[in-house]
Amino acid sequence: MSIITVKQVKKKFSTLEVLKEISFSLEEGEVLSIIGPSGSGKSTLLRCITNLETIDSGTIVIGGDTLVETNNQGTTIYADKATISRIRLRVGLVFQNFNLFPHFSVLRNITEAPRHVLNTPKKEATEQAYTLLEKMGLADKASAYPYQLSGGQQQRVSIARALALHPQVLCFDEPTSALDPELTGEILEVIKELANEQMTMMVVTHEMAFARDISDRVIFMDDGLIVEAGSPDQVLVNPKNERTKRFLSRFGS
Amino acid sequence: MTKLLLLMLEGTFTSLRIFFLTLLFSLPLGLLVAKGRMSRHRIISSLVNGYIMIMRGTPLILQLIFVYFAPYYILGASTDRFTAVIIAYVINYAAYFAEIYRGGIQSIPQGQLEASSVLGFTKIHTFSHVVMPQVVKRIIPAMGNEVITLVKDTALAQTIGVAELFRVAQNAAAREFSTMPIFIAGVFYFVMNAIVSKSFDLIERKLNYYR
Ligand SMILES: Nc1ncnc2c1ncn2[C@@H]1O[C@H](COP(=O)(O)OP(=O)(O)OP(=O)(O)O)[C@@H](O)[C@H]1O
Ligand SMILES: [Mg+2]
Repeated sequence: MSIITVKQVKKKFSTLEVLKEISFSLEEGEVLSIIGPSGSGKSTLLRCITNLETIDSGTIVIGGDTLVETNNQGTTIYADKATISRIRLRVGLVFQNFNLFPHFSVLRNITEAPRHVLNTPKKEATEQAYTLLEKMGLADKASAYPYQLSGGQQQRVSIARALALHPQVLCFDEPTSALDPELTGEILEVIKELANEQMTMMVVTHEMAFARDISDRVIFMDDGLIVEAGSPDQVLVNPKNERTKRFLSRFGS
Repeated sequence: MTKLLLLMLEGTFTSLRIFFLTLLFSLPLGLLVAKGRMSRHRIISSLVNGYIMIMRGTPLILQLIFVYFAPYYILGASTDRFTAVIIAYVINYAAYFAEIYRGGIQSIPQGQLEASSVLGFTKIHTFSHVVMPQVVKRIIPAMGNEVITLVKDTALAQTIGVAELFRVAQNAAAREFSTMPIFIAGVFYFVMNAIVSKSFDLIERKLNYYR
């Protein structure tokens, strides 16, 4: 069953068409990479799925519930508030620049949502946070504050924070772009490990070798359209479309 | 001399009452005003903006006189002097605080609000647990300045005949043909503000556990 289904999604910022009829679906356990030039709409697509932006028309179904759809009369209707809150928790998002809460300790960054959104008891939320920190190799940083951590460590905390809500899908928007090159490896390693555990993921990335390595499927976006989609070999090694070829040639692969 | 000091302490007590009551009401009201100023509804935000412009664009002493005398001319009933002082100071200081709050609220990175939204926090939780604690830290220096000004502004209450510290000092000076009481009042104000600055330093240091 698809966890996310996106059909004919369109999105404009005033007159700029950022998404022009995007359709795809994400299957359970699948790792989908989205690549494409700057401004092609990759972030916007993730932001529409996580409900940080609203779409103008189209359908988005997450975990069997409709977040938004355009009906036969052509009106686009969002689900009611309660449904949206429920759906929203199924999709986690890891940001390019982490967006940790600077006034919370690492531990509280991770426990805040389980405690106040899922009403998990404090003890349980704390234990879970320690397990996640352990997994991220940050067991000793629970009481540190974000400013005391390296970029790579902050990004690992933000991944733990997202995982603490047990999302069905984890989305990453260029999770290594804000990091020094020597720190990108540790984040890619974490994502790879999640992939091995069958975590369903959507990853917007400029790391082509990484995308090839972890993805089940790759989507190449350009100018608000999905230009090419398929297995990593199809899209990254033997692309058919001229635009894909031109884009990839810039990465010298 | 002892009698003079006692009188002045009494005046100080009135000044302190003005000070604390003004803070008590204007700090929360300022937050509400800031929210109104940032409202998406044009009408609300421009009305609130008009209010802020008037409060910041005219002298406090004039507002004080207006609040005290306007009810008399309009309704034929006058307000109690002390109440008039509190009302005038509260609406004036709320306007200044509102602008400080607004600056603080708008300085919180959008990304943190987005993270809160994706994590499923309610708007209220985001505001009270993510935004406000950081706003407080950011506005402490600006707030310190305003609060110090408020200590000195309490002296204006005498304009409508409230016997605060400075009025008491002036009366004593006139009675004794000496400027001494005025200078003593100066020391009193200085001490009060030393305490205010010290308190703000302490709060600032307390909030230094994160950046
Ligand atoms: N809030 C906004 N208001 C107006 N225009 C926007 C907004 N957000 C994005 N855009 C525009 O939409 C287009 C797509 O942006 P988006 O961030 O989705 O691209 P992207 O593929 O993620 O690019 P990058 O690789 O640089 O991150 C860009 O032209 C961008 O300027
Ligand atoms: Mg982007």
